[in-house]
Amino acid sequence: MKLLTHNMLTSHVKGVTKGYPLLIKATEVKVTEVDFNPQFVSRMIPKLEWSALVQAADELGHRQDLPVELVPEYEKNEEFLKKVHRVLLEVEVIEGCLRCPESGREFPISRGIPNMLLNDDEV
Amino acid sequence: MDAIVENNVKPVRRSKEDKKVIRKQLKASHTLLKHEGISTAPQPTKSLVVANGGLGNGVSREELSAALKQMGEVDKLIMHPNKPYAFVTYRSEESARKAHINLNGEKLQCGENSVTLYLSYVDSEGLVLVEDFVCSEEEALLLAAIDWSSTNTDVTAQKALKHRRVKHYGFEFRYDNNNVDKDKPLPAGIPQECLPVLERCVKNQHIDIMPDQLTVNQYESGQGIPPHVDTHSAFEDTIMSLSLGAKTVMEFRHPDGRLVAVGESRFLWTHGITPRKFDMVPACEPQSFGDTTPDLRTSSNLTLSKRGTRTSLTFRKIRHEPCRCAFPSACDSQGAPPAPSPPPPPSLPCCHADAALLEEHVLADVGCGNGKYLGVNPELSAVGCDRSSALVQICAERGFQAFVSDALSVPLRAASCDACISIAVIHHFSTQERRLAAVQELVRLLKPGGRALIYVWAFEQEYNKQRSKYLKDQNKELPENHNPAENSPEESQEPQGKSSVHNSSHSEDNYRTVDNNQHVTDGKLSVHTNRTAFETKDLLVPWHLKDGKKRVEGDSGEGGKKDQQKEKSKKTSRSKATLDCNPATSPGFDSNMFSDSSLDTIVATHSSKPSPGGDTSQTCSSSLKSESEIIRAPVFHRYYHVFQQGELEQLCAQQAGVTVQSSYHDQGNWCVILEKALNR
Repeated sequence: MKLLTHNMLTSHVKGVTKGYPLLIKATEVKVTEVDFNPQFVSRMIPKLEWSALVQAADELGHRQDLPVELVPEYEKNEEFLKKVHRVLLEVEVIEGCLRCPESGREFPISRGIPNMLLNDDEV
Repeated sequence: MDAIVENNVKPVRRSKEDKKVIRKQLKASHTLLKHEGISTAPQPTKSLVVANGGLGNGVSREELSAALKQMGEVDKLIMHPNKPYAFVTYRSEESARKAHINLNGEKLQCGENSVTLYLSYVDSEGLVLVEDFVCSEEEALLLAAIDWSSTNTDVTAQKALKHRRVKHYGFEFRYDNNNVDKDKPLPAGIPQECLPVLERCVKNQHIDIMPDQLTVNQYESGQGIPPHVDTHSAFEDTIMSLSLGAKTVMEFRHPDGRLVAVGESRFLWTHGITPRKFDMVPACEPQSFGDTTPDLRTSSNLTLSKRGTRTSLTFRKIRHEPCRCAFPSACDSQGAPPAPSPPPPPSLPCCHADAALLEEHVLADVGCGNGKYLGVNPELSAVGCDRSSALVQICAERGFQAFVSDALSVPLRAASCDACISIAVIHHFSTQERRLAAVQELVRLLKPGGRALIYVWAFEQEYNKQRSKYLKDQNKELPENHNPAENSPEESQEPQGKSSVHNSSHSEDNYRTVDNNQHVTDGKLSVHTNRTAFETKDLLVPWHLKDGKKRVEGDSGEGGKKDQQKEKSKKTSRSKATLDCNPATSPGFDSNMFSDSSLDTIVATHSSKPSPGGDTSQTCSSSLKSESEIIRAPVFHRYYHVFQQGELEQLCAQQAGVTVQSSYHDQGNWCVILEKALNR
């Protein structure tokens, strides 16, 4: 699970109103180099929940001094885009779990795949 | 995924894993070729189609010919200017067999690039190759008739395009709108010199109508033509292409609507070859090889620039009536917007409308199966989910972002997606409420203005007098498991084992009329007979396992350019799913095996023996047949609700805040594109 995906994921346990962002408890994190595409990163940034990304990166120890607030004119700031690129696309959680901030429900991540299936009583 | 990538890089002997990849790829190739109208033959013949070994993906005649000749005496090598495959006919079947053994899956070095060749024996059905149709005198005559001198450019609308030059006779084909101006014939009709050839074509029934438009394409060294489909409204169905140099007339007939068929294969092929294909253009500039002698240069450093000039004559007949094909959304006669110029390669194996969906930035594929659409466009952020962890695992191995979830409860932020796709998912939900809930969940994921594409299996497998591929493949005699919604580009062509001959097992007592109330009154679901028309809307579709063995035919991952090639290689998620399913232990087998994002999947197993608790009378009746005695493999039954015309639209109309932007029938599927309202 890359943080780009994590940024979209939310807890959907029945009754939960604030299931976002999911907390990451990682036991294995992999960083793989991915071709840097500044346009792609620029296009993705406005679609992100920025604070959730920074928080997730922080949890994984890959924050790289990303600011709490999105910098203006980031699309022209290649250094910044590279950092976002790394966090979004290169850092990957392989093993661990995602924890619902409200219910505490944990969703396992195994071999890089979050299992978000709910039990019958959680739907 | 690593293995897939490495496969294209390492020239060494292959591991077992790599060989598996090749088998898969080969299977995909079969499929693609079929979509081009070429049938591969299961038995050795003298002729082979060499997938990837075409001018269209940067392989020169010399390079391919040299490799092929090592296997035996080549009778014919046919390379069509813009196709990514070639045909070779050996003098003997023995040589063809040798080529198949030694070259299949092997790399051919072409200039700076290498391509992996995949060979299959061919029966040419649909695509007719007429050898020696034009004698060399005629060829010279025809070439001479095409006057490229610039004095008469207006008369024939001669133009130099980016990668080729063209000339038109009869009518100008306009590249700005990809159409012809039917009211403005060109001063020059089809050259007289062509008429004897054309008359012969009509006489020999290669074509049924005399063409009135000719486009001549001339390709210099390594030039090519972008993937394209011919505008529906402009031309009649039959297109004949005469490739001078290969002395071959090829006729393409796509009675099932060539646009889609070609689009599908184009889509896949270009994803496999595009980067190389376009990279090849600079690579074919004459290169200097310092100390090599001119002779050596021509023999050992062949690049595309060493190719001779190739001239291709494409004869078409102007269509004067609107096109009434079965693909309205892709048909400009039926309201679809004209294809932009130059036409982009379709990104989904369906139509341009779908391709446009994938231009969006954030895409969710709900019920993604093995991830066949997740890598279609590396420029967007695609995430998939599926109920089956085994299938999601495949997605992950292919390097895609995917997670396990149910389609009725997708754990993604509301309004986080620009586009969603739901391909062959919703028909597995067994009640109207759940089907609606699935649509609702898709809509929830969309941002305002976002769009969703939904494909479901159609009750009408015959539409506009066209039978779907699902039905057509019936004549292969052996039923297969996949359904139309998934049979598009990677339709499995490998026949099932003998074990699954269930054809013609209809009996009166199984017959049910379509119940518009969608209730199964007697509490039993009928079991569908593969490759036949549907008789009910709610049914169980048999899923045959091969000989009770694991099917190791899974995903055809072929190596190469990471993101582009992943989706080229594949196969149905269903078959892949069986990889994880050991039938020996299958009674306890759960719906996890399938990609159905649904808990509704009814999975029933029964063996060949007449089973007292058999699901339905049909099961029993088929097991009375003698063929059934040889059945060993268990058969699984999957629930489907097949949609009648208009039903999908009606379903979607019940969902507030969304409009049906378009709907269409595509190869036995009903499809809609929904758009979420902006003010929501």
